[in-house]
Amino acid sequence: MSAINPLKPSERMKIPRQASIEQEAVVRAHNFEEVSWGLDEARALLESTRCLECKDPVCIPGCPVNVDIRSFLQLVMQKDYVGAVNKIRETNYLPAICGRVCPQEEQCEAVCTMGKKHPSIAIGKLERFVADYEIQHDLFVAPVVTEHRDEKVAIVGAGPSGLTCAAELAKMGYKVTIFEALHAAGGVLRYGIPEFRLPRKILDVEVNRIKALGVEIYTNFLVGRTATIDELFGEWGFSAIFLGTGAGTPTFMGIPGESLSGVYSANEFLTRVNLMKAYRFPEYDTPVHVGNEVAVIGGGNTAMDAVRTAKRLGADKAYLIYRRSRDEMPARLEEIHHAEEEGIEFHLLTNPTRIVGDANNWVCGIECLRMELGEPDESGRRKPIPVKGSEFVLPVQAVVEAVGQSPNPIVQSTTPGLNTGKKGIVVVDDVQMTSRPGVFAGGDLARGGATVILAMRDGKIAADAIHKYLEQKRTGGNGQAATA
Amino acid sequence: MYPIVHTSVLAPTITKFVIKAPFVAKKRLPGNFVIVRVEENGERIPLTIVDSDNAHGTITLIVQAIGKTTRLMATKHAGDALVDVAGPLGNPTPILEGKTVACVGGGVGTAELYPITKALQAAGNTVHTVIGARSKDLVILENEMTDCSNHIVVTTDDGSYGRKGFVTDALKEIIESSPEITAVYAIGPLPMMKAVSNLTKNYSKKTYVSLNAVMVDGTGMCGGCRVTVDGKMKFACVDGPEFDGHRVDFDELIMRNRTYVAAEKISMNQYERECACKAKEVAA
Repeated sequence: MSAINPLKPSERMKIPRQASIEQEAVVRAHNFEEVSWGLDEARALLESTRCLECKDPVCIPGCPVNVDIRSFLQLVMQKDYVGAVNKIRETNYLPAICGRVCPQEEQCEAVCTMGKKHPSIAIGKLERFVADYEIQHDLFVAPVVTEHRDEKVAIVGAGPSGLTCAAELAKMGYKVTIFEALHAAGGVLRYGIPEFRLPRKILDVEVNRIKALGVEIYTNFLVGRTATIDELFGEWGFSAIFLGTGAGTPTFMGIPGESLSGVYSANEFLTRVNLMKAYRFPEYDTPVHVGNEVAVIGGGNTAMDAVRTAKRLGADKAYLIYRRSRDEMPARLEEIHHAEEEGIEFHLLTNPTRIVGDANNWVCGIECLRMELGEPDESGRRKPIPVKGSEFVLPVQAVVEAVGQSPNPIVQSTTPGLNTGKKGIVVVDDVQMTSRPGVFAGGDLARGGATVILAMRDGKIAADAIHKYLEQKRTGGNGQAATA
Repeated sequence: MYPIVHTSVLAPTITKFVIKAPFVAKKRLPGNFVIVRVEENGERIPLTIVDSDNAHGTITLIVQAIGKTTRLMATKHAGDALVDVAGPLGNPTPILEGKTVACVGGGVGTAELYPITKALQAAGNTVHTVIGARSKDLVILENEMTDCSNHIVVTTDDGSYGRKGFVTDALKEIIESSPEITAVYAIGPLPMMKAVSNLTKNYSKKTYVSLNAVMVDGTGMCGGCRVTVDGKMKFACVDGPEFDGHRVDFDELIMRNRTYVAAEKISMNQYERECACKAKEVAA
């Protein structure tokens, strides 16, 4: 595509990177409305004209699903916002979600040419703008599925990898059924990521667009229990299966006091609030407890989500306890900034050793040790070492542990021949096929804990591999060549 | 939606529901449970499956109205529907074959014990059963339990029916007169299961208890139902719900199950106000 930007490169570089409009921190720390309202049209247009239209757009391979960023930005410049979102949708069926939760600063925007001397193009915010524009103006038209294929494909889990895999296969003309254990589709997008980062109405829109492709979703269906993988192949008549059951099993630290009332895994805490809407108790029946002071343990995005949620639930003091320093935090920088702005108190280089309970078995404090950083460990991060005699007790009435998850073992334990590795992570080849022919897997189930976009990438790769596998089966092969 | 095809009141506050849930009915085994949501704003609660009918695609649940959700459920009748029924969840009960066993049910736990007792009898075991309730009107499933037991004792705390006393008193006599008993299956309130486990420990009788911990998802995802068994953290939903009663830390679970007492009161008060308003509207 030729260049269409009317500005000279020098002029483009003079335009400052356009910032999102955000709710003020003091206000948003007390509500569950979305933090960022994104770019308005004027800012989006201006931002798009900052694009240098590189001959070799490095942003595209920088995106895990290779969105044609240059082309979509050019469509924005031409005010063809629907054209732009459809361009994204060619490779990414969940643009309104990715525009919000993708770590662009580590992906497309990290390699952006403009970013070498100036702030990079706000690709993520532009993605969100065109996706939201289409939703606000109700301009979505489902892609026309031209070819119809006889094979049925089952998708296990309606999270980001499963939804993506389903969309790609449905576009190819397969009959796709998603089986979801919870009562609503979305997986971690539904139970994990809070409303203030991803409004449920946006998620609902994206899920409905997948249904618009003819994908059927069975909720309340726990594969492994309601039906096994072998039954899905047998009496249900599926020809291939994609597993995207996520990393749903919470890890606990194993310190004393974890059985006290008021101690939660981040999964439970966030599920109560996000899926069950405990923030609207008693209008909704599910309660959650925070008290005046709450401690969240961990330094990842889940910890940030939990601590910011705790603040919004009315905690006067919401502490984040992390055993390394701010530099080692795995959370997105944007989320750390947002948390700091909202008044979250960070206790860095601090490691909990015990949760303290009162006479009624409720949490009343958390005992911690100060840490200092030593030599780098196997992860390359400097290893925290306890400072002797530095114990102190922080008074809190609730504790949330966000210290990691491992794959939910139900499918693995009921599927003979499905190989797993460390922590029960399902072993896959380079096209996401498992040790069981015809069974593919992706997302956190095959990664152990990653991002929405990497899960989506797995879902896409698996969809292509499933297509190849089924074509080979149709022509008489055994499908094994799909993995070659 | 999961249509309710039949309801009947078994005792004051205790209702039996037959619900259309064909996928669950097909796979359900004794000891499995479902997670139910009654209405759209409702919480997810675990309920043990009492029976199933694969031909009609139905499952049976027996529910005691004690909290807001179970009281709301008790207002539902044939023709209504539950918004969500997920399952079958949990591990099925290990069913011994050709042995002598004792089954002990307390209160509405008798309903949860029924499918296990039935399976034990079908597997050729000699079954001694004790079912207990606070008083005569709360005794449920006596005929059904009698049908699948070789010997049955009914106890009431107040002596208004059967033997006066606790289930443990009757169980002690049974174990002493039938030393060939190899296992005890106990389901009921936590203090009762604790008492049964303490008793059977003295006789070294393997004891299965079914733990009713607070759950959200019921699929191993939230960890809210964690219990300490043999000093290790277990999730009642996926590692259980049945555990070796001699290794369960009952006191800890009793405390944990009190976590939401205050919240339940708020829910209940609001529900009662809403009911009162509705009643007024109907009267007007």
